[in-house]
Amino acid sequence: MTTLISYTIFFASVLMLVALGGCFSEHSGVINLGLEGVMVFGALGGALGMRYADLPPFVMVVCCVLMAVLFGMLYSLLLAVAAINFKADQTLVGTAMNLLGTAAATVIVKALNMAADPNNTSSEIVYVVPKKFFMVNFMGFEISYLMLLAVVLLVISYLVLYRTRFGLRLQACGEHPQAAASVGINVFRMRYAGVLISGFLGGLGGLMYILGGVSQWKFEVGVAGFGFLSLAVMIFGQWKPLRIAAVALLFGLFRSLSNTYNGFPFLVELNLPGSVYNMLPYIVSLVVLALTSKNSHAPKAEGIPYDKGMR
Amino acid sequence: MQGKENKKTSFFSIPWVQTITASLICILLGLLIGFIALLIINPENAWDGIVTVLKNFWNYKQATKQVKYFGQTLVKMVPLLMCSLSVLFAYKVGLFNIGVAGQYVIGAGASLYCALGLGMPWWVCLMAAMVFGAVWGAIPGILKAYRNVNEVISGIMLNWIGLYLINTILTQVKNPTGKDTFTVASKNPSALIPSLGLGSLFNNEKTVTIAIPLAIIIAVAVWVLLSKTRLGYELKATGLNKNAAMYCGMREKFNIILTTAIAGALAALGAAMLFLTDSMQWECTQSSVPAMGFNGIAAAFLGGLNPIGTIFSAYFIQHITEGGAQLTKLGYFSQISDFISSFIIYLCAFVLFFRGIMNRKPGDRAGRSKKGGKKA
Repeated sequence: MTTLISYTIFFASVLMLVALGGCFSEHSGVINLGLEGVMVFGALGGALGMRYADLPPFVMVVCCVLMAVLFGMLYSLLLAVAAINFKADQTLVGTAMNLLGTAAATVIVKALNMAADPNNTSSEIVYVVPKKFFMVNFMGFEISYLMLLAVVLLVISYLVLYRTRFGLRLQACGEHPQAAASVGINVFRMRYAGVLISGFLGGLGGLMYILGGVSQWKFEVGVAGFGFLSLAVMIFGQWKPLRIAAVALLFGLFRSLSNTYNGFPFLVELNLPGSVYNMLPYIVSLVVLALTSKNSHAPKAEGIPYDKGMR
Repeated sequence: MQGKENKKTSFFSIPWVQTITASLICILLGLLIGFIALLIINPENAWDGIVTVLKNFWNYKQATKQVKYFGQTLVKMVPLLMCSLSVLFAYKVGLFNIGVAGQYVIGAGASLYCALGLGMPWWVCLMAAMVFGAVWGAIPGILKAYRNVNEVISGIMLNWIGLYLINTILTQVKNPTGKDTFTVASKNPSALIPSLGLGSLFNNEKTVTIAIPLAIIIAVAVWVLLSKTRLGYELKATGLNKNAAMYCGMREKFNIILTTAIAGALAALGAAMLFLTDSMQWECTQSSVPAMGFNGIAAAFLGGLNPIGTIFSAYFIQHITEGGAQLTKLGYFSQISDFISSFIIYLCAFVLFFRGIMNRKPGDRAGRSKKGGKKA
């Protein structure tokens, strides 16, 4: 039971962080389908930090988080430049970013591994010791600092989106950019901000994902569709931070069942193949989307390149 | 359309010239980035490396081997071409078929299970793949038409569901000694797609079958369907404006579902055309969705979203993928070619921009205002 809870919290906080990232980007009017790639790059940044930095524990944690966030933001610039400056098809850019994320991360890690040892052609980064720095014992649970950070970021996201001038302006750019521009808001700058924040949160989510359970990561495998699951979480969460957090918990529960169903006698008795539990989060999200998409609260101008001349 | 201005148009304003030029720019920039990556990893062999990627089968000295490996490249081009046709077909109707990878997986599963588990002949296996692929492909269409679910998200979910489903089903026909399924030849040779003597043209390469000409015929058929028939016209009209299509008396919901079903059938057929040649076996423990589907997206856009164009772009992408596999000899690794092709897809997003440059006449207003905008 405790493993189920800790897995649920772990998956839920990753999903929540990345979904919040998507939420900021979409509120500014840019669909960030490339979150999967952003996560991979965030994970890469954090893993490189853990591998090369040799610092006292707390500084190390801060440093790795900064690396992950920085990599995520830099990578999301690929989307920002294409979608905002060049008015490119956002779906296509996002898809390309997901492919490029895994391919580029694999190439980078392999190149580094081979430079260190010509016989090492794996795409793995090992971080057994630094990983321990992230862990803290909290009421009997091993949890990572990043989960606390995730909760803090949830509160901040909520406040920024609904209680600050910046957040309200950001949302205006996603609903009706021309109207926003007519009252003097710089739509381009706002959309850049939205995409960069999604890179920030997505990159952090990526680092958190590779810190769960394992102490080494093989960059060839990417992040197994977590970026996409987060998008489903965001849609089911109706683009609202608090709902996103609640939905992330639900999805986290289903996702963690595939790791832990062996521990539940009644689930083992059902005698279902293990792959059913692997499929479960995806099936649930499909059903949920079918039930909730009819009256969607999506930002009205998302996915449409901003054209000053169109009023 | 504007008869008076047609006389002044330069060579670069002809649409197909623009499409080809834009694709070539994408390819060149992609190769350049790949070359830079090679330079960073190991500057000594970088030039040889990029040449190896581009030469693919010409890397072999003997003519017989060249022909053989050319054949193998063609065999693997077939599923890529079919996947890109699937993406292209849906895109023309305004749908982004990212579920192509899942439809490919379903096609592989259906055809291999019919061949290995049920012992059916090859043409029944192909039909089964098409039917299941169409059903799988129709799901996002139905969700889109009736429940307003974004087809990109539902397609991605179905990719993962399909992967786990097919892994489970094909485990029943798995070769106990490894992770892969049995070879078709060892269990049911009648399920191998016939070669009809084509293999002998490629130095008796067994995997070369009628699937290659068949795929090219299908590409032409897709072109005819989209640009020469009433159905194609209706589908495109639905994609351009769903409400207008409905107003004109077209069944817009039916059209959306039909489109996704056809796209699904195309991708699934592509998978069957690869796995029923024994060119490769299904690995029952794969934990990521095969890249074939996503590469299909690359090929579709690189081919300028034209069925005939995709024949060439699919071949090119498969060519550099196979060429990339030979990089290991030079102390590199094969993922470089994935990197190049994914970067090419990213550049494809800028095609509109490249076209904009070509449409711009020297000194005209659009050009100047664009320049001014960049400085500001």
